[in-house]
Amino acid sequence: MVKKVMLPLTDETLESLKAGDNILLTGTMYAGRDTAHKRMVEALEQGKTLPFDIKGQAIYFMGPSPARPGQPIGSAGPTTSGRMDSYSPRLIAEGLKGMIGKGMRSQEVKDAMQKYKAVYLAAIGGAGALISKTIKKSEVIAYEELGAEAIRRLEVEDFPVMVVNDIYGGDLYQEGKARYRVD
Amino acid sequence: MRDIKAQEITKTVSRLFQEANFCLASDVMASLKQAREAEESPVGREVLDRILENAEISAREKIPLCQDTGTAVVLLELGQEVHITGGDLYTAVNEGVRQGYDEGYLRKSMVRQPYSARANTKDNTPAIIYTDIVPGDKLKISAIPKGGGAENMARLAMLRPSQGRQGVIDFVVNAVDEAGSNPCPPVIVGVGIGGTVEKTVMLAKRALLRKVGEPNPDAEVAELEKEILQRVNCLGIGPMGYGGRITALAVHAEVFPAHIASLPVAVNLQCHSARHKEAIL
Repeated sequence: MVKKVMLPLTDETLESLKAGDNILLTGTMYAGRDTAHKRMVEALEQGKTLPFDIKGQAIYFMGPSPARPGQPIGSAGPTTSGRMDSYSPRLIAEGLKGMIGKGMRSQEVKDAMQKYKAVYLAAIGGAGALISKTIKKSEVIAYEELGAEAIRRLEVEDFPVMVVNDIYGGDLYQEGKARYRVD
Repeated sequence: MRDIKAQEITKTVSRLFQEANFCLASDVMASLKQAREAEESPVGREVLDRILENAEISAREKIPLCQDTGTAVVLLELGQEVHITGGDLYTAVNEGVRQGYDEGYLRKSMVRQPYSARANTKDNTPAIIYTDIVPGDKLKISAIPKGGGAENMARLAMLRPSQGRQGVIDFVVNAVDEAGSNPCPPVIVGVGIGGTVEKTVMLAKRALLRKVGEPNPDAEVAELEKEILQRVNCLGIGPMGYGGRITALAVHAEVFPAHIASLPVAVNLQCHSARHKEAIL
């Protein structure tokens, strides 16, 4: 069964999400990947503010292909989340509640998610054309010079994801694999 | 001698990278459909449905299959009787990449200094070009936009010859297991066995160009591919790592003689969006 979920994520929503849930997201999220994460964490370490208020928000690890004229965005699938592992715990501590990407997270990130009540959601890698149809608006809000790696504010409608890590320590990658593994 | 204009090469490279990024080849589509039928996990089947739907949207609307439109890898088979006119070969190829990534609204993903500034080159050049000189008067161009996520999961081992067949199998299966959900499964597993350190990696990369699931013509190697595929599909990783039977669509192995002291093995993974396009001039 597919659940509809509004962004930003409320405490009530976060408590209701379980690893393995198939959900459709509607609302506002931010997109940023490697270099944007590096810059955000550097800013925090220098006591500076982030380019947007991260409290309660969700970040999509994504750098799109260029939009054709008249389109809000180009192909827009997730990138591998593991490269953000060294930055995510800091942002979670700062109030980030949702991360959207693909691929496994480190134990440090999972611990931070449980401690601060945040979730990790996966979008289908290599389905960037399909996913782009659920992005209604895209606006670069910081680090414009980074091109595909700039931070964007996205308005999405029925954006499809799976809950991989919930706030209770559930992990879809581990549970799914265990279910189908043949020794 | 036969003349081929550099301009013709540029035009072809540009076209191939655009086509590769918008249209999955029929063998890849057929393999994904077969995987959809074979997959037992309902979530896995849904993932495969969406991947197939994505391919339709991409082809229809010319939106890249994946936002990662790749490093531009170009394999050339240059007939020794070909004479290139009006420019040099590699400049022509790079110009084709530049034009294709611009015209096709493809993402430019190359950074100049990989360990420090990482400034984008802004036109997806330089291409990674390999050339074989072959008999004849034709030029075969293979354009491979190679995504970073799957490429990052590549593995290389210089095994001891005593580890033999079982050592090869265990190393490859373990590489796919450790890659888990990262390389966008179901993957195609390219395996290189033998040669020297760089040769074995090239074998693994070239293996990815074979039609999906087509066995190695050598029966012994084909048997090895079959056994590795069976082991890989027992891992339980499944489509996008959500759990399932189909972790790999195929295993393609290429073998080359090796030194008496060596048994090099390389694994190069290809995500399900297996994009490559060829042309012969």
